[in-house]
Amino acid sequence: MNIKIKQLYKNFGKVEVLQGLDLEVSENGIFAVLGPNGSGKTTLIKCILGMVIPTKGDILLNGESVLNEWAYRSKIAYLPQIAQFPHNLKVQELIKMIKEIRGESQREQEIIELFKIQPFLDKKLGTLSGGTKQKINILLAFMFESELIILDEPTTGLDPVALIHLKELIQEEKRKGKTILVTTHIMKLVEEIADKIVFLLDGKIYFEGTVPQLQEQTGEKDLEHAIANILKDTYA
Amino acid sequence: MLKILKYSFYDLMRSRWSYIYFLFYLALGFVLLFLFNDVSQAVITIMNIILVLTPLIGTIFGVMYYYDSREFTELLLSQPIKRRNIFLGQYIGVATSLALSLFLGLGIPFVTYGLFQSSEIWNFSLLLVTGVFLTFIFVALSYNLALSYDNKIKGFGFAILLWLFFAVIYDGLFLILLLSFSDYPIDKLALIGSSLNPIDLSRVLILLKLDISALFGYTGAVFKQFFGSSTGMISSFALLLAWVILPTWRILRKSKRKDF
Repeated sequence: MNIKIKQLYKNFGKVEVLQGLDLEVSENGIFAVLGPNGSGKTTLIKCILGMVIPTKGDILLNGESVLNEWAYRSKIAYLPQIAQFPHNLKVQELIKMIKEIRGESQREQEIIELFKIQPFLDKKLGTLSGGTKQKINILLAFMFESELIILDEPTTGLDPVALIHLKELIQEEKRKGKTILVTTHIMKLVEEIADKIVFLLDGKIYFEGTVPQLQEQTGEKDLEHAIANILKDTYA
Repeated sequence: MLKILKYSFYDLMRSRWSYIYFLFYLALGFVLLFLFNDVSQAVITIMNIILVLTPLIGTIFGVMYYYDSREFTELLLSQPIKRRNIFLGQYIGVATSLALSLFLGLGIPFVTYGLFQSSEIWNFSLLLVTGVFLTFIFVALSYNLALSYDNKIKGFGFAILLWLFFAVIYDGLFLILLLSFSDYPIDKLALIGSSLNPIDLSRVLILLKLDISALFGYTGAVFKQFFGSSTGMISSFALLLAWVILPTWRILRKSKRKDF
């Protein structure tokens, strides 16, 4: 999917979160959106999804502006940061509801088995643990064919086995030619899966390129240190 | 929208509070009928309870549901659904489930007591209809407040204040106003004043239907003349409807520009 973001501004009251952000993603692959806390990662993602309404600027997906639109969201899968669902609905009912909104799923059973969700299908969402809720979230995000997949801190609360499966799922989607945006603070994950890094700082793109490019620019071998290197300058 | 409505409704119908609310009205209905042994007496007592309680429960539930389902709303917002349908669906889902608790909770005892053989059936129906109206009005108002304040404590506080204002403070201010101008002909003012507060409007509507307007004195006669006529009835319902539509309209407007 082609994503084009032009001069995006967003402020919450007096806090300016995005300050004229420009970004173009034209090829497929996995993009890691990085940046310190409060740098505007989630705001950027939510702008693309239409959950946050930008103060200024435009967002084009495949050449069409998506501001104030809604139907385009059927092309996007989103895994939010915090998984919270209506307490009294059963897992199965939630899945059914999302299917009613987005259409039939080809991969539902496969992912349910992969993450061993079967025993929870009849349970109410309010009774699930954080990790299980996150697995349900992953199921909802990956069970449909979407051109663009947005994952906001996807690893939160996952056990190592689930984490391995998640990485497999992400790689599989990449092979299918999807565009995947991931935000995370776990640099190991970035090194493992990301094709490109987009580094946000103070509401603008500070760096855009591959992991080796970032290492070269900062003169640090280790990604964690490379990032820390950038931040050191700004914190100082 | 219907999909959202359906699932909000499911969610709420399974919540403990919906049952408690339903059982409360059920118990109330049976107890009052047992105590009074008379439908019309029970109707008056229930009226007083409904006029205070349905707005209160509507207010609390509206705010609570909004804050409680915030993350779920976010999930829905990331799906290919129109924003207005999400909020409209949730609002109607909450209001309908509360209205149903009221309707069944009071309906069952009265029907088993033999409501259909009683001449009170119209009064009782009016009571339920205004109860449903009040539920929709106050859920909409509290939803407005919840949308305006991200801070739960503030939202809850203002919602309770809103209820207190319409249920208690408004009457107090209104009474002071009437007393201080008691030397002037103020029956028109009294009429307008009671029409602007949905709780007062409901009360007047029911009391007049119960034919005890003689208690009101001269003003009562003016009220009776207005509300007793079909124009009065229609305009009262139009007003109640406006109390539903205006806040709903603001929910849609507000939600369109809100960030999540």
